[in-house]
Amino acid sequence: MHIQVNNASLYCYTGGKPLDPGKPTVVFIHGVLNDHSVWILQSRYFANHGWNVLALDLPGHCRSGGTPATTVEEAADWVIALLDAAGIQQAALVGHSFGSLVALEAAGRAPERVRQLALVGTAYPMQVSQALIEASRDAPQKALDMVNVFSRSTLAPPPSALGPGTWIYGASMALGKKVLASNKTVNLFHTGFVACDSYRNGEAAMQKVTCPTLFVLGETDQMTPPKSARSLIANAQKGAVVTLPGGHHQMTETPEHMLKALAGFLKKPQDLL
Amino acid sequence: MAGYADPGFDTLALHAGATPDATGARAVPIHLTTSFVFESSEHAASLFNMERAGHVYSRISNPTNAVLEQRISALEGGVGAISVASGQAALHLCIATLMGAGSHIVASTALYGGSQNLLHYTLRRFGIETTFVKPGDLEGWRAAVRPNTKLFFGETVGNPGLDVLNTPEVAAIAHAAGVPLLVDSTLTSPWLVQPLGQGADLVYHSATKFLSGHGTVIGGLVVDGGSFDWDASGKFPELSAPYEGFHNMVFTEEASVGAFLLRARREGLRDFGACLSPHSAWLILQGIETLSLRMERHMRNTQRVVEFLAKHPMISRVGHPMLESHPDHALAQKLLPRGAGSVFSFDIKGSRAQGQAFVEALKVFSHLANVGDCRSLVIHPASTTHFRMDDEALAKGGISQGTIRLSIGLEEADDLLDDLKRALRAAEKAGA
Repeated sequence: MHIQVNNASLYCYTGGKPLDPGKPTVVFIHGVLNDHSVWILQSRYFANHGWNVLALDLPGHCRSGGTPATTVEEAADWVIALLDAAGIQQAALVGHSFGSLVALEAAGRAPERVRQLALVGTAYPMQVSQALIEASRDAPQKALDMVNVFSRSTLAPPPSALGPGTWIYGASMALGKKVLASNKTVNLFHTGFVACDSYRNGEAAMQKVTCPTLFVLGETDQMTPPKSARSLIANAQKGAVVTLPGGHHQMTETPEHMLKALAGFLKKPQDLL
Repeated sequence: MAGYADPGFDTLALHAGATPDATGARAVPIHLTTSFVFESSEHAASLFNMERAGHVYSRISNPTNAVLEQRISALEGGVGAISVASGQAALHLCIATLMGAGSHIVASTALYGGSQNLLHYTLRRFGIETTFVKPGDLEGWRAAVRPNTKLFFGETVGNPGLDVLNTPEVAAIAHAAGVPLLVDSTLTSPWLVQPLGQGADLVYHSATKFLSGHGTVIGGLVVDGGSFDWDASGKFPELSAPYEGFHNMVFTEEASVGAFLLRARREGLRDFGACLSPHSAWLILQGIETLSLRMERHMRNTQRVVEFLAKHPMISRVGHPMLESHPDHALAQKLLPRGAGSVFSFDIKGSRAQGQAFVEALKVFSHLANVGDCRSLVIHPASTTHFRMDDEALAKGGISQGTIRLSIGLEEADDLLDDLKRALRAAEKAGA
C-alpha cells in the first residue's frame, strides 16, 4: 500500500493484509541499496500472526516517492512521520544495517512511539571505508560486487525468500542494481554509505531508548562484525543479543534463525531480557 | 578477489548450492522422497503461505533439485532457477508463465526442431502466435513486434547452422518493445557464454546435453536474471497484478527481483507439474561438476575436426563460426571467445544415398538423436530432427538434404578423424 507522508507517497508492503487498528504494528526498515523485499518472509509471517506490517521502501527508493534522506536523522524523521500518517501511535521497529541506525535514531527521538526495537546487522560507528565510499560514487557496479562478497557467508544458502533454488548472491546483486536504477537523480548507494559513515548520534540515541532492544548479529558478518555493536549494546537500557550463524544477509541467508529470534522477541520480549 | 566468498566458475561448478549435511556426506545426497514432514500444523501453514521457506512436496521443490538450481544460477549469474523435466518443459514453463491466448512471440528461425514445433504448431492451437525472423536480421526483430508481443526468443548458437544470436542487440530491441529476451543456451553452456551478462533476461537449458554431459538423463533448467522490469513494461499482469490463484498475491511486490521465478514455481510447477526427478537432478549435478574440463576438450576436438573437414574434397560446406567463411565468424569471436560449441553441420557433396553411406560407415560416432554427449554423435537432420519441415522451411534453417550434423565428443581426436576419413571414403565409393 502507499501512504502519503510529507507530501510524498511512501510504499509499504503489508504482507497482503490491510492495517487493523486492533493489532500491534511492526515496521521493517531496509539497508542501503535494498528495499522492502528483503523482509518478505518476515513480513508475511508477522502479517499472518497477529501484526500489522509496514515494510517500507525508504523515500526515493523503488516504489516510494520523495527525496532520499541524506542522513540517518533525516531518515528517522521519515519513519516517525510514517507512523503519524498511518495513525499508529506505537510500533515495533526492526532495521537492518543502515536501517538499524534509522530505527535506533527514531527510537531515540520518539521513545514513547516505539514498543520494541530490533537492530539487525548493526554497528556503531558504522564506518565505511573511504575506498568503498568512493567506489559507490565512481564505480557502483564494482562496489556492489564488493559489498555482496563481504555480505555472503555461504555458497549453499538454505531455502529463502523466493523459495528453494534461490541464489542469494545473484538476487542481492540484481536487487542492488534495481534499487540504484530506481532513482535517476540521486546515487542511493553513495548517499546511503555517506549517511552510515557520518552518523554520530548512536550512543546518545541508545541511551534515550526505553523499550526492550534486541541485537541480531551475524556470527561471520564482515560488513558489520558483531564486535562493532559493543558500544550500542553497552548503552542499551534493556538489551539482549542473539547471534545468528551467518553473515550480513541475515534475513535471507539465515531466515529460520532470524524468524526464531524476531518472533520470540516481538511476542515475548521479557523472555530475552 | 578470490576464495570462498568470491569463487570462480570452476569452484562454483563444484560447490555452489551444496555443503555437507548433518550426515557429513560430501557428495550431494539424492532426496528420493515425495514429501517432507511438517514440524507442526503452524509450520505447515507457514510453508504453504510462503511465510517460511522450505520443502513441502517434490513437485514444487526438493533439496537435491535446489542444489542444482542454485548451481546453475551461480554459473549463469542469475537470481535463481527452476529445474524441470526436459528442455522442452523449460521452454513451455517460460511461455506459460508469461502469457496466455492472444499473445505473440518473436523467435529466431534457427531453432531446435522441437522448439520450432512447439511455437509453430502446438502453441498456435492455444492462441499464441509466433513470428519467425532470421537471428541476424535486427530490423526483422524490430519489425515483427506487435502490440500483443510478450517475448523474444532465440538460441545462443542456432541449431544446426550455428547462427550466432546477437544477444546484446536483440535484447536492446526487445527491451525497447517492453518485452524480455529468452535465450536457449543448451549448445553453449555457461562455460562458453553467459547470456544474462549480455542482456538476456531469461536463460534455459536442455540439461540433457552438455550440462549432464553423459547422455544418461533428460532434464531442463530455467534461470531468471532478475533484471527485467515487469512493472515498467506494463505488459505482464501475470506478474504485476493480483493473482487469484494465490491469495491475490502480486508477484512483483513480493519479489522486487525474481517475480518470474515465483510465479513459475508457484503456478507452473504446481499446475503443469513438469518437475524433475531428484535422481535426474543428481545426474545433472554430477555432469556440471566436470563441465569446464569437458567443454575444454569438446572445443579442442571440435577445432581438429572442423579443420579436417574444411579441407576435405568431399565436403562442400562446414558450418562452424570458428571458420572465417561462416557469416557469423566475427560476431562469434566477440560474443563467444571460448568457442561456438561442438555441435555443427556440414554438407557432403553428392547424393542423399552417399550421405547415408557416410553415416552408416561411422564406428566411433554414434548415429542417434542427441547432442552434447561425451561420446561423438552424428545425425541426418532432414530425415530426423527436422523431418516435419518442408524444403523451404529447411532452407530457412540452413539445412539441405545433404546436411550432416555432428556432436563432437571427448574421444581421442585422432580416432575421430580416422573414423571420418573412413566414412568419407565409403561415401565416395557409394557415388561411384
